[in-house]
Amino acid sequence: MELLDNLVLGFSTALLVQNVLYCFVGVLLGTAVGVLPGIGPTATVAMLLPITFNFEPVTALIMLAGIYYGAQYGGSTTAILINLPGESSAAVTALDGHEMARQGRAGPALAAAAIGSFVAGTLATVALAVAAPPLASVALKFGPADYFSLVLFGLIVSIALARGSALKALAMIALGILFGTVGQDIYTGTPRFVFDQRELYGGIDFVSVAVGMFGVAEILRNLENEQARTAIVGKVKNLWPTREDRRRIVAPILRGTGLGAALGVLPGGGHVLASFTSYAVEKRISKRQQEFGHGAIEGVAGPESANNAAAQTSFIPLLTLGLPAHPVMALMVGAFIVHGITPGPNVIEDEPALFWGLIASMWIGNLLLVLLNLPLIGVWVRMLRIPYQVLFPMIILFAAIGTYSLSFNPYDVYAIVFFGLLGYVLIKCGCEPAPLLLGFVLGPLLEENLRRALIISRGDASVFLTRPISAVLLAVAVAALVVAVLPTIRKRREVVFAEEE
Amino acid sequence: MTTTRHRAVARMIAVIGAVSLLAACSGNGGGGTGGDAGNYPDQNITFVVPFSAGGPTDTVTRMIAEPMAAKLGAKIVVQNVEGAGGTVGAGEVARAEADGYTVLMHHIGMSTAPALYKNLGYKPLEDFEMVGLVTEVPMTIVARKDFPPATLQDLVTHVKANANKVTLANAGIGAASHLCGLLFQSAAGVKLQEVPYEGTGPALTDLVGGQVDFMCDQTTNTSGQISGGKVKAYAVTTPERVKSLPDLPTTAEAGLPQLQVSVWHGLYAPKGTPQDVVQKLSEALKAALADQAVIDQMAKLGTAPVPAEDATPQAHRTKLEEQLGTWAKIIADAGVEAS
Repeated sequence: MELLDNLVLGFSTALLVQNVLYCFVGVLLGTAVGVLPGIGPTATVAMLLPITFNFEPVTALIMLAGIYYGAQYGGSTTAILINLPGESSAAVTALDGHEMARQGRAGPALAAAAIGSFVAGTLATVALAVAAPPLASVALKFGPADYFSLVLFGLIVSIALARGSALKALAMIALGILFGTVGQDIYTGTPRFVFDQRELYGGIDFVSVAVGMFGVAEILRNLENEQARTAIVGKVKNLWPTREDRRRIVAPILRGTGLGAALGVLPGGGHVLASFTSYAVEKRISKRQQEFGHGAIEGVAGPESANNAAAQTSFIPLLTLGLPAHPVMALMVGAFIVHGITPGPNVIEDEPALFWGLIASMWIGNLLLVLLNLPLIGVWVRMLRIPYQVLFPMIILFAAIGTYSLSFNPYDVYAIVFFGLLGYVLIKCGCEPAPLLLGFVLGPLLEENLRRALIISRGDASVFLTRPISAVLLAVAVAALVVAVLPTIRKRREVVFAEEE
Repeated sequence: MTTTRHRAVARMIAVIGAVSLLAACSGNGGGGTGGDAGNYPDQNITFVVPFSAGGPTDTVTRMIAEPMAAKLGAKIVVQNVEGAGGTVGAGEVARAEADGYTVLMHHIGMSTAPALYKNLGYKPLEDFEMVGLVTEVPMTIVARKDFPPATLQDLVTHVKANANKVTLANAGIGAASHLCGLLFQSAAGVKLQEVPYEGTGPALTDLVGGQVDFMCDQTTNTSGQISGGKVKAYAVTTPERVKSLPDLPTTAEAGLPQLQVSVWHGLYAPKGTPQDVVQKLSEALKAALADQAVIDQMAKLGTAPVPAEDATPQAHRTKLEEQLGTWAKIIADAGVEAS
């Protein structure tokens, strides 16, 4: 009954006119920055933080939170329509989502993403209300060694993102990890792969890599021949998912929600893993494996749900312990402080209206998002009819402006050019950009936690096997690797035998 | 029909483009003329914070930016330029146009960077105009909840006896927590295994989770965890106790008087900024520090604005000179280098 009282308190706070209004403003802004390539939620929250100083604390946090999960929502739109993911999670959505758009099924793809996100957001909000404190204490059990094994598992799982050869995918992951090491090493401050360029000390920006490898490379590939060019402008079959589509997305949405909600709780980067772990699971258990990478709607619904569920549950460490799991959360800690609330484990007891109001607002925000996004699908799909002479330069222009506005560093724009050309060459070689991008995102996490675990254990590598969480994850990782690589090896042996005969 | 649709969509895209262009320009301070001190400020001023958004330095900057903007009559845009213990952002401001439209907020790291980084691209005393000091944030020594020592002196005995087992977390080379950790080791006469993290958030997460043993961090970050009972606190590193944590003894009271450190913050402009512009900034800083809302907000973080006479270029220069000397010695003794 206590839960009910708390929820009543939460909704009575969240349904105040100004809170609903700013929740709407937050998710609207979030959707907008998610759609625009480059400008991400962190930059937006940082810019808007001073404006919220004059708000009530709960109103301020409701709006800032809305921007964060709104952006997770909006990021899938450009990924599906023009193969331009704004966040690492959306890179997974681009795989099958953009294929669907090329086949004239952008509408169902967008709808699947929107519906999946809404269901996931709702269920994850319930999880947040019912079990936030126990989930947080589980999350704290994860030490550096466990995160290393988790990330390693994630990297191996991302082999499943490849349409073709598992070995090429592994190579792309390794290349991505190498790009991730550019910049100053956090343990010693030693610059790596910077070639004496001060601008590279901070590393390569994710957005540059994503925009180059996906957006620009895709445009170059489309310019190759008239046929492909017209394909993107092509026919639009239907706006809404068919009955068959609806049947196919139910289970992936539920599985994605569960996975995302669980991984999102981990403050050391768990939410990054959510969407593509879901993709890998869907691909593995699907009866239509060959459709993945060629427009399988499950490959959109699952990851999008996982991503949104993780976006909600990643608030758990912040709200229950005052520990930020994401740069946006770190900004929200700043917002807490400015409003005179000391972030920490006392927030639930000291400020129940704020805690429960924020949780209730997340559900309202998710409802607003789906109401906002479903009618927009028609508009977005129409965008595909823009002639490529207009669309392609526009995409590149927006991408360049957005990326530059992140930190006003011209190198980020040069990087787009570099990764655009690299991406094109790699596509020509039959290598795919998605595993590279995930290697790039996860590589630094992998290295950081590996070294930290070894520092704490004084160089004793057995720590990865003696800690139970880590040992289990490593075992699963090895199993996943065997399952992923075996078919390739077997196939090659068959080829060899065939030649011998 | 289709053409009108095309036009509508194209127009929509154009509007979005214009808005993002506008955002990009305003964030950058617009470039423009500058240099004419009489009209200063006639465009947006950028405050560069060389640390991540939401961190303690960022929070302090945003607190004072609003009242300073009101006093100056111009918009202040806070920009986070992270990396390499604040040296990336500081270097950027050192090379910026000396027109008063790019200002740096930096903390104690300004005085430690020359000793830590051999190839530092700027000289703190020569490449900046000091505007004034802002605040001195106390630090606290905290440990995981189940760490055996009960008092600061127990802690010193314990880490000396278990120097090969104990882990000391920090938020990265050159971070305030790293410096305080060095000072602790030198005061206690012991060398410990340090565990660097990328920022205070992750470090504190692992401390609360019991993955590392102890660390020293600003009250801004730790006071919530201390009063929530999630970490064990030993002492505060300033001569006086902190109002928000009245039961926590000072290091002097707890028997380690050599351990005195506070994270002092100051405002800087690039060298060559006209003196009357620096003066205007300093006056605005003084006004902001006298603002009751700022005093209240800082009190909640366990800190306070510096007295008005310290919010001046002279006091700031004196402090920086003294601190550069102090830290050069401590860092050389510890044998730390970040290249």
